[in-house]
Amino acid sequence: MNAHLQPTGSAYFIAKETELAETHTLSVLVDNEPGVLARVIGLFSGRGYNIESLTVSETEHEAHLSRITIVTRGTPHVLDQIKNQLERLVPVHRVVDLTVRAGSLGHDRPIERELALVKVHGSGDHRVEALRLADAFRASVIDANIDHFVFEITGKPSKIEQFIAIMKPLGLIEVCRTGIAAMNRGPQGM
Amino acid sequence: MSGTENQMTGAEIVLQALRDNGVEHIFGYPGGAVLPIYDEIHQQDDIQHILVRHEQGAGHMAEGYARSTGKVGVMLVTSGPGATNAVTPLQDALMDSIPLVCISGQVPTSLIGSDAFQECDTVGITRPCTKHNWLVKDVNDLARIIHEAFRVAQSGRPGPVVVDIPKDVQFATGTYTPPSAVPTQKSYQPKKQGDLKKIEEAVELMRNARQPIIYSGGGVINSGPEASHLLRELVELTGFPITSTLMGLGAYPASGKAWLGMLGMHGTYEANMAMHDCDVMVCIGARFDDRITGRLNAFSPNSKKIHIDIDPSSINKNVRVDVPILGDVGTVLEDMVRLWRAASKSADKARLSDWWETITKWRARNSLAYAPNDDVIMPQYAIQRLYELSKDRDTYITTEVGQHQMWAAQFFGFEQPNRWMTSGGLGTMGYGFPAAIGVQVAHPNSLVVDIAGDASIQMCIQEMSCAVQYGLPVKIFILNNQYMGMVRQWQQLLHGNRLSHSYTEAMPDFVKLAEAYGGVGIRCEKPSELDAAIRKMIDTPAPVIFDCRVANLANCFPMIPSGKAHNEMLLPDEATDEAVANAIDAKGRQLV
Repeated sequence: MNAHLQPTGSAYFIAKETELAETHTLSVLVDNEPGVLARVIGLFSGRGYNIESLTVSETEHEAHLSRITIVTRGTPHVLDQIKNQLERLVPVHRVVDLTVRAGSLGHDRPIERELALVKVHGSGDHRVEALRLADAFRASVIDANIDHFVFEITGKPSKIEQFIAIMKPLGLIEVCRTGIAAMNRGPQGM
Repeated sequence: MSGTENQMTGAEIVLQALRDNGVEHIFGYPGGAVLPIYDEIHQQDDIQHILVRHEQGAGHMAEGYARSTGKVGVMLVTSGPGATNAVTPLQDALMDSIPLVCISGQVPTSLIGSDAFQECDTVGITRPCTKHNWLVKDVNDLARIIHEAFRVAQSGRPGPVVVDIPKDVQFATGTYTPPSAVPTQKSYQPKKQGDLKKIEEAVELMRNARQPIIYSGGGVINSGPEASHLLRELVELTGFPITSTLMGLGAYPASGKAWLGMLGMHGTYEANMAMHDCDVMVCIGARFDDRITGRLNAFSPNSKKIHIDIDPSSINKNVRVDVPILGDVGTVLEDMVRLWRAASKSADKARLSDWWETITKWRARNSLAYAPNDDVIMPQYAIQRLYELSKDRDTYITTEVGQHQMWAAQFFGFEQPNRWMTSGGLGTMGYGFPAAIGVQVAHPNSLVVDIAGDASIQMCIQEMSCAVQYGLPVKIFILNNQYMGMVRQWQQLLHGNRLSHSYTEAMPDFVKLAEAYGGVGIRCEKPSELDAAIRKMIDTPAPVIFDCRVANLANCFPMIPSGKAHNEMLLPDEATDEAVANAIDAKGRQLV
C-alpha cells in the first residue's frame, strides 16, 4: 500500500514499505489444545511477522482457555493483518490489540509487566552494592550463599533492562525472563 | 459409557462418520497405517473408494469432485510418504478455498516420536497448509473430530483439513457420537450475515457511480449456485459491467452482455482498462491477488472500493478498500439486491451510457486477436474449436497450469458456475488431469475435458491407470508445443531469450502412451482435421489422450508485464519480438 515500487525482473512486484513500524502488544485468547502455540508461532514465522516477546499460560482451567501475550512490531497495515490472520485460526477465540485499545481508552499504553530471575556473583564490595541496588529496585533475594544472589524482580520491561544493566559490572551470571504479561487499565475485560 | 450399541472400532467410526456426513466417494491409496480403515471399506458398499496411483492425484481428484459438486472432497492416505504426498493438493485447496477432508493414518501412539517406519509429523507438516488439523489420540474423540473436520472444511471460507489417526486408535473400541450430538468448537463460528449499514453504504455508492465495475471471484462460486444467480440479478438490475478472476469464471455467463472477460495479467483490454478507470469497484468474493492488481500503487487509482468477503484477513490485505463487508457472498448479495430494488425503482441507466460507450471502444480493440494460420493449429483456435464443439453438451473443463490454462480462460466461454476447475492460487502443474477424474466420478455421464500442456500433463500422467480402471471417460486435450510455454514466455520477456531448460527434448508419443494404459490416443496436426478429431474424442466412451500439435512459439497475450499497471498492457498486435524484449527495462531485469 502506497508502496514505492521499482521495476523488477521478477514475476512479482517488490514493494518497499514507507509506513513506520510500531511496537504493539496483543492479547490472544485460545483453546488450550495440543498444537495451538505452534499454530500461532507458525503463523508469525510463515508470514514473516516479528515476535519480540511471548508469554503463554492457561488462565481459565475449567474452560481450558489460555491467554497468549505477544509483543510484535510492524507497520499499522501489517499489525492489522496479524490480528486478522490470528482470528482466522480455528482455536482462537479473540484477539485484542492492547496498544490500540489503550489509545482508545485515553492511555499511553497497556499495563505491561515482566518477571525476571537474576543471578549475581556477590562477594566483597560488589556484594553490598548489589544488595543495596536490589533494594532500590524492590528486587527480592530468593536464594543466596556467601558468593551469590538470585534476585526476583518484577516491573516494566524497561525497569528490568535497567536492573540487568546495572548488575552486569557487579558480576551478573545469568538471567531468566518471563516475557510480558499485559492488560488494559480500567474496569473492562479484554 | 452407556450400553454397547454405539460401541465401534476406530475404523468403523471413520466409515460411520463419513456416511453421516454424506460422503459417497473417497479417493485414496492404502498403506500400513490405514489398513484397518481399508478393511472396513472392503466390508461395505455405501462409500465407493477410488484407488489412485499417487496420493497427489487423490488430493486433486477430491478437489475436482468438490469444486464441481459443492460438496466436501475426501481423500485417504497412509502415514509418512502418503501424508507428505498429500501436501501439494492440501496447499492447493488452501489457496483456492476448496473444502477437503484428508484422513491420514499414523503410526501407533506408542511409537509416535520414535522415528518409526513410515512415521512423519503429519500435523506439524500440514499445519501451515490446512485450515485446521487434528491428531486423534483417543478413539472416543474420533467421531467428534471427524464431524468437526467436515464443519470446518465447508463453513466460512472453505479449505482443507487433516485428521491424523494412529493405527492403534483405528483398532481400539470406543463410542460413536452422531453429528447432531457433537458440540461445535466455540472459537470457530463464522458469520454469514453482512453488516446492513455497510451494505446500505455500498448501495449508495453504487447508485451514484458513473463508471462502475463489478469484479467477482471464486468466492461467488464457493457460496453456492444461489450466489451466482444473485450476481446475475445484480448485474441485470444495476446495468454495471462485470469482470471476473480466473477462479470466478462461470458465475456470470460469458455470453452475458455485461461481460468484459477475465481481468488481470492475461485478462482482456476492456476488463483491465475498466478496472483502471472506474470510479466505483464492487469486489465480490475475490482477494486482490498480485496477478489481478498489477502494480499496486497504480491499481485503479480513482475508485471507491467495496469488498465483500467472508474472510476478514482478505480485506485490506493488498488493497485498502473504502467499504468492507464481512459475510457470505450469497447472503450479502441477497441484501444488496433487495436494497437496490428498494432504493432505485427507476434506475437511471442513462448515467452509465458514456461509460458503456468507452467500454465499447476498448472492446473494439479486440485484445484476444491472434493471427490465424491454415498450416499449423494455433492454440487459441484449438480452444475455440473445442468450445464450439462441446458447448451444447454437459461439459466440465479442468486445466493444468501455464499458457494453455490462460488460453482456456480466455477462449472457452463458461455459462455456469462449477464447470471450471483450475489451480489458480498455487498454480499446480499436474492438477488438471486428476481433478478431471474427480469431476467425472461425480458426473459420470458428462463430458469432462482436461485442457493440458505437454509438460503439465506428465506430472500426474500415472492417473491414466486409475481412469482406465474405473472406466472414467476423461478427455485430456494437450496443447502440445514441446515447450513449457509460460516459462519460455517469461524467459523471452525477462531473460534475453535464453531458453534455459524450458524445452522438452524427449517427449513421449502420447498416442502410444494412451494405448499403453488401455486408453485411446488421437493426434492432430492440421487445422483442417481438427474438428473431426475433436468430435472423435468427444464420442469416444473411454479415456482419451488428444495430442494436439500446436504452433510451437505462440505466446499468451494480452499481458500486463510485471511492475506495470492495468493501462500498460502488452497487446497481441503490439507484441513484436522487440516490444517483448523491451517490456521490462534493463534496470528492472538486474534486480532479481
